Amino acid sequence: MDQTFVIVGAGHAGGQAASTLRMKGFEGKIIMLGDEAYVPYERPPLSKGLLSGDIDIERVYLRKPDWYAKKNVDLRVNTLVDTIDKDNKSLALADGSTVTYDKLLIATGTRVRKLNLPGEELEGIFYLRAIADTLAIQKRLKPDAKVVIVGGGYIGLEVAAVSAKMGCDVTVLEGLDRVMNRVVAAEVSAFYHDVHTSAGVKIMTGVGVTAYEGDGDVTHVVTADGARYEADLVVVGVGVIPNCEIAEAAGLTVDNGLVVDKFAQTSDPDIYAAGDVTNHPNALLGRRLRLESVQNAVDQAKTAANAMLGTLGEYAEIPWFWSDQYDLKLQIVGLSEPDDDVVIRGDPASRKFSVGYVRDGQFVAINTINNVKDFMGSKKLIAAGRKIDPALLADVDTPLKEM
Amino acid sequence: MAKIIITNRDGEKSEIKGEIGISLMENLRDNDYELEAICGGQCSCATCHVYISDNWIARTGERSDEENELLEELECMKEGSRLSCQVPFTAELDGLEITVAEDE
Repeated sequence: MDQTFVIVGAGHAGGQAASTLRMKGFEGKIIMLGDEAYVPYERPPLSKGLLSGDIDIERVYLRKPDWYAKKNVDLRVNTLVDTIDKDNKSLALADGSTVTYDKLLIATGTRVRKLNLPGEELEGIFYLRAIADTLAIQKRLKPDAKVVIVGGGYIGLEVAAVSAKMGCDVTVLEGLDRVMNRVVAAEVSAFYHDVHTSAGVKIMTGVGVTAYEGDGDVTHVVTADGARYEADLVVVGVGVIPNCEIAEAAGLTVDNGLVVDKFAQTSDPDIYAAGDVTNHPNALLGRRLRLESVQNAVDQAKTAANAMLGTLGEYAEIPWFWSDQYDLKLQIVGLSEPDDDVVIRGDPASRKFSVGYVRDGQFVAINTINNVKDFMGSKKLIAAGRKIDPALLADVDTPLKEM
Repeated sequence: MAKIIITNRDGEKSEIKGEIGISLMENLRDNDYELEAICGGQCSCATCHVYISDNWIARTGERSDEENELLEELECMKEGSRLSCQVPFTAELDGLEITVAEDE
């Protein structure tokens, strides 16, 4: 049958979906609409190897640029969608053209949350989400450059690590009381705080940025306590917002993201969604959530592509994440919460250890630092919702595999 | 033209032209073999797991400690197990035979 599947969004989820559709034998038309200038690519290296210059742009592409034509995927870059008409199954594009679909996948992801502070229009202030951002930031990353980073989350700390390694003079301004506050326990925040300060990075916590000063180019970052930090370059990383406005305007259900079911289907039977943009149920976690991760983009895109082809498989995986800073590989399995019991497994001073999270006796999450063994060993336990003896969890001589 | 002979998860055998200078994982991914490679080749996830055929194992080099630690946690690990992101595809591997490991 000559069907047309349209994918809005040429990010990681969109790219994976196109690949899965072809892999599963879909021979109809695939039209992919992306608002960036690039073919689908992986974002993690943008704050790591691409920023440092260790790798080239080509290495972040999910598939080579010629894959799309070869696989008869009509990829249109620099293309914006204005509206979705789900009753007529068509999209109106910003350039005035129309695209019709038999099935639609919305994989529009997220965009950076902007602070919109006074002075933000000055040159030298960047958010970081796209290749274009990395390339712009890179131009100002020189030894001794004064780099001020707003936000002590993954993006902020990864940029701090790359900048410090390049010999920049780095300051991180974090609004809450500790870095990576949203994702790890205080013990892990403290460990990373020390790692960064040992590398020469200055970290200020409990500090809110109120304005930027400069003359064409930014020269200072001003904080609520009246302090002024000299800056040649400012990188802001304060979270992201799901791109679900078009979906909402089209009449789809939106609530902390575009709402889908366990098969990645939206409130419209011919429209699916995958990746950062979705609010989806997770049977293992027993709740709905929106995830900002590569694992979710890949796994949910596969679920969506299969569902579009009529193969329904429930998407229910334990979320996992990673962050690379200096020589430290941080890997996270599961989602921890502030009230969880924290179990230290190993010696942080060795720079190879884990931190487990136990909730009502159940092993719910782990942060592993340079400890891929624990990262791997924890996944099945956490997915199974297993009860765990915190004393065993704390015992490095008991492999997780054996618990 | 350097080739790679691949048996996929369904047991089907096929051949691709291998690009020299990139990893085995990237070769497989560009040709749409079903492996996730979620971490993008950073030796951080074990979702690019392949089995190198016995007669090729010696020629593909040694696993790193980290690669070993990741693979050892898999129930389906075998002697020829490698994380394909850690295997550079070189001219010497022309004719390499591998099997894509199951998704664990």
